[in-house]
Amino acid sequence: MLLLLPQVLVTVVFFFYPAGQAIWQSLFISDPFGLKSQFVGLGNFEYLLADRFYRASFATTAIFSGLTTVVSMGVALYLAVLADRLIKGSGVYRTLLIWPYAVAPAVAGVLWLFMFNGRVGIVTWYLGLMGYDWNHVLNDGEAMGLVVVASSWGRISYNFLFFLAGLQAIPKSVIEAAAIDGAQFWTRFRTIIFPLLSPVTFFLLVVNIVYAFFETFGVIHTITSGGPQQATTILVYKVFSDGFVGQDLGSSAAQSVILLVIVGALTIVQFKFIERRVHY
Amino acid sequence: MPRANESGMVRKRGVGYWLTHLGLIIGVLFIFFPIWLAFVASTVSQQEIVRPPMPLWPGDQFIENYTAALFSGVNVPVAKMLLNSLIMALGIALGKIVISLLSAFAIVYFNFPGRRFFFWMIFLTLMLPVEVRIVPTFQVIANFGMLNSYSGLIFPLIASATATFLFRQYFMTVPDELAEAARVDGARPMQFFWHILLPMSRTNIAALFVILFIYGWNQYLWPLLITTDPEMNTIVMGIRQMFPSGDDVADWPVIMATSILAMIPPIIVVISMQKLFIRGLVDSEK
Amino acid sequence: MATLKLDGLKKSFGDTKVIHGIDIDIAEGEFIVIVGPSGCGKSTLLRMVAGLETVTSGEIQINGVRVNDLEPMDRNIAMVFQNYALYPHMNVFDNMAYGLKIAKTPKPEIAERVQTAAKLLQLEDFLQRRPRELSGGQRQRVAMGRAIVRRPAVFLFDEPLSNLDAKLRVQMRLEIRELQRSLGVTALYVTHDQVEAMTLADRMIVMNDGVADQIGAPLDVYKNPATTFVAGFIGSPATNFFGTDEVTVNRNKALMSAFSDAERAVLEKPATMIGVRPEHLQVCEPHDAYLTLSVNYSEALGAETLIHGKLPMGTAITIRQNGHLPLPEGGQELGAVWSENSVMVFDQNGKRV
Repeated sequence: MLLLLPQVLVTVVFFFYPAGQAIWQSLFISDPFGLKSQFVGLGNFEYLLADRFYRASFATTAIFSGLTTVVSMGVALYLAVLADRLIKGSGVYRTLLIWPYAVAPAVAGVLWLFMFNGRVGIVTWYLGLMGYDWNHVLNDGEAMGLVVVASSWGRISYNFLFFLAGLQAIPKSVIEAAAIDGAQFWTRFRTIIFPLLSPVTFFLLVVNIVYAFFETFGVIHTITSGGPQQATTILVYKVFSDGFVGQDLGSSAAQSVILLVIVGALTIVQFKFIERRVHY
Repeated sequence: MPRANESGMVRKRGVGYWLTHLGLIIGVLFIFFPIWLAFVASTVSQQEIVRPPMPLWPGDQFIENYTAALFSGVNVPVAKMLLNSLIMALGIALGKIVISLLSAFAIVYFNFPGRRFFFWMIFLTLMLPVEVRIVPTFQVIANFGMLNSYSGLIFPLIASATATFLFRQYFMTVPDELAEAARVDGARPMQFFWHILLPMSRTNIAALFVILFIYGWNQYLWPLLITTDPEMNTIVMGIRQMFPSGDDVADWPVIMATSILAMIPPIIVVISMQKLFIRGLVDSEK
Repeated sequence: MATLKLDGLKKSFGDTKVIHGIDIDIAEGEFIVIVGPSGCGKSTLLRMVAGLETVTSGEIQINGVRVNDLEPMDRNIAMVFQNYALYPHMNVFDNMAYGLKIAKTPKPEIAERVQTAAKLLQLEDFLQRRPRELSGGQRQRVAMGRAIVRRPAVFLFDEPLSNLDAKLRVQMRLEIRELQRSLGVTALYVTHDQVEAMTLADRMIVMNDGVADQIGAPLDVYKNPATTFVAGFIGSPATNFFGTDEVTVNRNKALMSAFSDAERAVLEKPATMIGVRPEHLQVCEPHDAYLTLSVNYSEALGAETLIHGKLPMGTAITIRQNGHLPLPEGGQELGAVWSENSVMVFDQNGKRV
């Protein structure tokens, strides 16, 4: 079919061929000059999984994704619940809250870097006044904290939109019925609103994890470049740094393959979920 | 005044009402603050920034800083980077829409051998984000000699399973009888596509365009890899290139002016097309 | 304006046969209604004529020319769809003009033809509106307008009134009939509504499971149904069917009087069915009756009353009688006779004897 040709062409050339290449290359090691390569089977994978840094990168990714997801969803839910309580004006707040979605992760990184910069950062300065010496260039935890906050920040609007839509879809009569039953706000939230919101929550959970995995590269690259000592090197960042900076193609390819498996799993989870929602 | 029977209801205008507003305002400030600070920094002089704390109110260097950024920049004028970003974002958004429309049209309206195969093939691309296949894709582009070119920036990002599925979904809600009526009216398949399907999909197309434009504009990793020539840098990745290596002090006012410039186009798109944007978001995630 | 001929027309989807062979010669200007329950293949038949479904075997001829392999637009037909299939983004004018534009008809002529059609259909004030701004009846008219402007040889209607409310349906039915008469166009009209079929058709094709059980003028079909299916489908309430064993009183008189020799020959065979329309049964004194029934309930509809009951062997039966006759009560035993020349006999295959 001629109509499919463009899509198929792009897909094959830029998706399947490279993916195949990644799998192929993951089975070889090449010398530093890239002149010859030697077949090592699953050697790259064995080496990787034995690598302390790679395993640490797994842990880093888990912590980073977990925190980013919790922070961005938590703040968004809080704001959405507040906005939903308003009869009028929630639209205004929505407008005020949604546009950071448009800010690129890399730009968000620069903005937060500026606030926490060791030399000029205004937050650093005030923290200094309070006797706290902020230095994310040296301190692992502070570095992680900063990339988490910067990554969550831009994500809040997205989550806010979906939570607000989810809240507004809950029939008011259900909540009013609970209020007549004498449930106070917090009880209403815990026993009625949150359970009814669970499809949205689950959906956002998956989407946010995918985001934290793949789309936060810009934040990390601008703020910490994976440092200090790989403390903020998430898996995607490591593929980049080993492949392009370290020129270790075999290892980078093997990492790509592992990532492929992870994305595959996440995609399947996502679609299983959508399927379930369709059956509702 | 709140009446007794309204107590506990959402409508009461007591302390809770103002606390709600207060909470939201704090949230808005938290969201705004980094951007406000960037804006302030882009209007003051370098001296004011390097002696912390920096001011919290805009200064008088607005024109100087933005002129410096737009027309000289650090490595390359920001105006050039803006242009590059614009071309890339438009290329990606329009490219994705065009090829997705065509594919969805083919899949929904034609019965041909291998239809399911192609469908799954497109589906699989969902599992292959750029980040996963960076090195080999880079090699492909290098082999084609497409490094430092717009086509190199655009093509690898142009396939879109999400958009294809969205259009497929939409086309499937269009009654078959409409296609048949067009056939009886004498329309060829492509005429049906142009005259009927395309105009009917325009809201979906616009909504998707908003999302894809932002997606394209905000690309970071890919341009970082394939544009070694500063002339081809996009603005989002170019900002990071403006930081000096080593111990030199960054030219913060210009960097911050650039950051603001990098945010403006997508923010304008989001705010001015808020309805379409929200619709696009919700659609493309289903 | 044209003749239409279907010759041994068959259709299968894979191994499933949906149309088993239809033959009919349709004269110029004739209004043919294809009627049958859903799933009988009537829409498929229409769509084959339209060129939207391929022909498995047999031939379709329009004006004596075989059109089996022609595209819909080359067959010189126009079709009105069940849900109207109006282009939602075009206004009424463009909807009607689309086919002409595709055919590269000169602009002034398009405008003139659309105006004429709009006038005919009282749509002149709505030409600039979008379909969603119109009422159901107006949309229906636009769909017809789209067909009219093409000046086709044959009009095809696929259940065009089924989305309208009852009152509008009656009105549009009349309009369609008048329109077809005044244009003199041959029409093929699909419906599952036997009232529509009776009122519209010059001749109707009663379809059952891919077979044309009967083709004929409405009254002929009503009076002389060819099969139990046709007898049951055409006419409301449906024809009563019962075996000869239900005829318990005055049996000889009942079975001898009203039947021809041929009918009598099969009467005593098993599985033979007697059919009588509800309007041909009359309540009478038990000793004069052919049938006795115990009344379940009566429906008083004003002008007429429907009496629902059971025959001795348990077959359900309905009698339709004049509204000012006394209303029988549930549980009551009644006798009934059929009027002369109104009983029908069907053999074990459901065919009329």
